[in-house]
Amino acid sequence: MVNLKELAKQESKISSGHRMCPGCGAAINARMFMMGTKHPVVVANATGCIEVSTTVYPYTSWKVPWIHNAFENAAATISGVVSAYDVLKRKGKIKKEIKFIAFGGDGGTYDIGLQSLSGAAERGHNFLYVCYNNEAYMNTGMQRSSATPYGASTKTDPLGNKRQGKQEFSKDLTKIMVAHNIPYVAQTSISHYNDLIEKATKAFEIKGPKFINSLSPCTAGWGIKENDSLKVARLAVETCFWPLYEVENGKYKISYDPGDKKKPVKEFLKVQKRFSHIINDKKAIKKIQENIDKNWQDLKKLEKCDF
Amino acid sequence: MPIGGIIIEPGNSKNYKTGSWRTFRPITDLKRCIHCMQCWVICPDDAIAVKNNKRIETDLDFCKGCGLCAEICPVKCIEMKKESEFNCNKKIKNKKM
Repeated sequence: MVNLKELAKQESKISSGHRMCPGCGAAINARMFMMGTKHPVVVANATGCIEVSTTVYPYTSWKVPWIHNAFENAAATISGVVSAYDVLKRKGKIKKEIKFIAFGGDGGTYDIGLQSLSGAAERGHNFLYVCYNNEAYMNTGMQRSSATPYGASTKTDPLGNKRQGKQEFSKDLTKIMVAHNIPYVAQTSISHYNDLIEKATKAFEIKGPKFINSLSPCTAGWGIKENDSLKVARLAVETCFWPLYEVENGKYKISYDPGDKKKPVKEFLKVQKRFSHIINDKKAIKKIQENIDKNWQDLKKLEKCDF
Repeated sequence: MPIGGIIIEPGNSKNYKTGSWRTFRPITDLKRCIHCMQCWVICPDDAIAVKNNKRIETDLDFCKGCGLCAEICPVKCIEMKKESEFNCNKKIKNKKM
């Protein structure tokens, strides 16, 4: 359990006055992940909601060193910083322990930044990559990304006669990162702040590349009320649409198992406007439910495996 | 503004008050508050002030009125009220850079 009273004594590393939407999940993610360490942090940021809304010139919300380079290379940028730090530390010019973190949205991680993330993970730099996953390119106006789930309507997957929203399932980036054989990969959600901060703390202590994929509801893009982002994120976890698990050195561990209380996916879909067109479409709902059940069973089997 | 347009103050967005975005205002009954800090951890805008381990009034200069604090509160001591109910609404002025 995280001791919130102890955490509240620390100064927040991101200040108020940023221009993310009310109830934004990305802002919650950014704050919570940086609560995970007491050491100074250096942040690299891919282009995305966090980047544009925290650094509207002439303001900045960051109280820590922060670098933005381009859309696709947050991981490459931070790996350069880590290398420079390693050299300076070896020469004795820096004695402090510094932690490195890269924030990217799902567009900057699943699609555009995947090559640099993969490269940085393979080279084994000591950094934490956080993907705040809001399941589309929300910053530019809700275009589809490869994290967008089946059936969701986006700007580039409009509703028509032939196609009703996105017709493909999202890709499983967390498992792609597991395949890189890095020491720590996890999936978490803002609704379970204990889980999120514990995973962040754990990740900061591990040496090597770490990757955490965190669900981050977008009020505008998902078509939910401002005060519903927590509820929707919790439903995603309870329906196993977004299971919480961690993979430490190849060993899977499910962090939250709803067990018998596993809710049908319809409960998660019906609260969001982006799924409103399929809510009465039994075939589509069945397809989504089957996919979720299969993934959940696979995950349970992987947890039992002893590699 | 220094030459080169560089920003020299870290976290200077606190000079940009986002409180004017609000349609609903959180009213906290501090007598019933159990100071569990769950609203503090969830607030996207860092608008919940904490002093000596106790939660104090919400910083209305920055609160965007999303209502997540009222949603997560275990004792339901935060109530969201329409901003129009408050006539004493002081104008928020942003500092010119």
